[in-house]
Amino acid sequence: MPLLEVRNLRVEFPTRRGTLTAVDDVSFAIEEGEVLGVVGESGAGKSITGAAIIRLIEPPGRIAGGEVILSGRRIDTLPAEEMRHVRGRQIGAIFQDPLTTLNPLYSIGRQLVETMQTHLGLSDREARARAVRWLEDVGIPAAAQRIDAYPHQFSGGMRQRVVIALALCAEPRLVIADEPTTALDVSIQAQVIALLKRLCRDHGTAVMLVTHDMGVIAETADRVAVMYAGRIAEIGPVREVVKSARHPYTEGLMGSIPSLGQKVERLRQIDGAMPRLTDIPRGCAFNPRCARVFDRCRVERPELMPTDGPSRAACWLYAGRGAERDAA
Amino acid sequence: MPLDAAPTREAERPLVEVEDLARDFDVSKPLLFRLLQGERRRILHAVAGVSFAIPKGTTLSLVGESGCGKTTVARLVVGLYAPTRGSIRIDGTDLASLTTRAAQAPVRRRLQMIFQDPYASLNPRWRVGDIIAEPIRAFGLLRGRAEIEARVGELLRQVGLSPKDAEKFPHEFSGGQRQRISIARALSSNPEFLVCDEPTSALDVSVQAQILNLMKDLQARFGLTYLFISHNLAVVRHMSDRIGVMYLGRIVELAPGETLFARPLHPYTRLLLEAIPDLEMTGRQRTPVGGEVPSPIDPPSGCTFHPRCPFAAARCRAEAPPLRRRGEVEVACHAVEEGRLPG
Repeated sequence: MPLLEVRNLRVEFPTRRGTLTAVDDVSFAIEEGEVLGVVGESGAGKSITGAAIIRLIEPPGRIAGGEVILSGRRIDTLPAEEMRHVRGRQIGAIFQDPLTTLNPLYSIGRQLVETMQTHLGLSDREARARAVRWLEDVGIPAAAQRIDAYPHQFSGGMRQRVVIALALCAEPRLVIADEPTTALDVSIQAQVIALLKRLCRDHGTAVMLVTHDMGVIAETADRVAVMYAGRIAEIGPVREVVKSARHPYTEGLMGSIPSLGQKVERLRQIDGAMPRLTDIPRGCAFNPRCARVFDRCRVERPELMPTDGPSRAACWLYAGRGAERDAA
Repeated sequence: MPLDAAPTREAERPLVEVEDLARDFDVSKPLLFRLLQGERRRILHAVAGVSFAIPKGTTLSLVGESGCGKTTVARLVVGLYAPTRGSIRIDGTDLASLTTRAAQAPVRRRLQMIFQDPYASLNPRWRVGDIIAEPIRAFGLLRGRAEIEARVGELLRQVGLSPKDAEKFPHEFSGGQRQRISIARALSSNPEFLVCDEPTSALDVSVQAQILNLMKDLQARFGLTYLFISHNLAVVRHMSDRIGVMYLGRIVELAPGETLFARPLHPYTRLLLEAIPDLEMTGRQRTPVGGEVPSPIDPPSGCTFHPRCPFAAARCRAEAPPLRRRGEVEVACHAVEEGRLPG
């Protein structure tokens, strides 16, 4: 049984001009200890998918359909009070800006102690000892002295380390990390990613890593889901998706990223832009920009289907293979 | 009308020459506060002596982390800040020698800037046509409505938009389209030199690819010279002929793009190249380098990189290394000079 299963998730935002569907029929699973990368350009719905799982969608946005199952239990229908306990204890969260996660009025030690006492019921002394250990673990120098310092006394990179400690200190099974390194400089990014990887491996924590940075995904994730206009376009092992993308969108996306490895004269370019949520094209959402579009793409929406590799793609190019498998 | 000057091969003077450029910012507390608290003035050395030259028709990029002074250099070069020290020469003319607006105008026309944020750099109350025509009107390049309209239409076509878009307002466009409008505005005075400050950092990767391709096409077509500022090494590699790596207000290494990536010399350049997650590196184990960029208000003594440098020696802590030329590469590092660095 997978640790987390998301089935046909649908998130809607009612507006004056009608309802926007930000996440449209998204299904995926995360195994114990696995790192699933979720990538996409802005507006693809990747952050909202993460927020929907922990039920932190800003109203008027709402989950309009689907199921979220954690360790065999449905959590999307839990009462708010029970959900509060799931957040933190079973699912930790790391956001882009550490200042939105940390309370500026509490010392970092108090925030760690409070989190651990709420979820693990530790004594004051034990919680404080563990807080120091966590700060040492995430590489805060002189942790025992700095535990009573406030968030503003730390640099951006150090704050993000504190946030990681805070997300992991109640020993959750899953961490949702939404653009955890985007606000940081490259040399600090590397440190934070390495830290997150090491800690999650050591504690067997699964990670849903949401980012727009394919480089971070390529290096960190086991599998990756590529999102486009609120839907998953392709999902598969990271090496497959990066090196031999099956969906034309993924292929174009990979080609458009300048690489350090080799210099090309011109970057591969996908013309146009992702559609606004108000006018997602009929059929496949990518069809107006796709070089390999044919009639069926314009009328019928493709589901994720098996391809000639280990990845699954929502693309009619692979329709034959699905049919073959169904017949077998 | 466009500058169809084919890049000339002759060994002429570089179009842009920057020498020992520096800019300080006073970040002191107010005077009364200083007197009461006994604090001293605090000076931030944003750019601390930078020199480079850009030959006509080529791209020089400055790359570095936030706070390294790359954007300040860009703003100094276009004249948005006055330098504390040093000189900027465009085609031999020292910008500091031009004291009146009238004297500046002919040089100013030849350089334009593209900013990072296409949402902040376009006036939301102006129609796109007026935004693009502003430099034409300001420099008095064309007279007559019809002529200006025709030129705006031509510029919009050159950046991949439609002449009809001149009637619209900026909010009707996506981020990538707005950056195209910024480029059209920059091109409208027929400049030879464009300063591009993180022109694609606010854009998604697929849109970034469109803009980078467009900038390369325009460079080939009009023989443009670029000063390109970015924190993204992969983007810089794609765009540049030469690359300068900045750290705490100084250039620590300046080299042809290919050379810099094949054989980085300065320990900081090596750190940056090592630190960047890249598509090619699936499953790679990186060796993250510790430490963070120190404050430019109170930079470390000697070589400012020494607290993070694995090869730092006593000399590095005491003496700031100058930028020294080694073949086609310039590098500011005692360890490189003394041959202490591993291959």
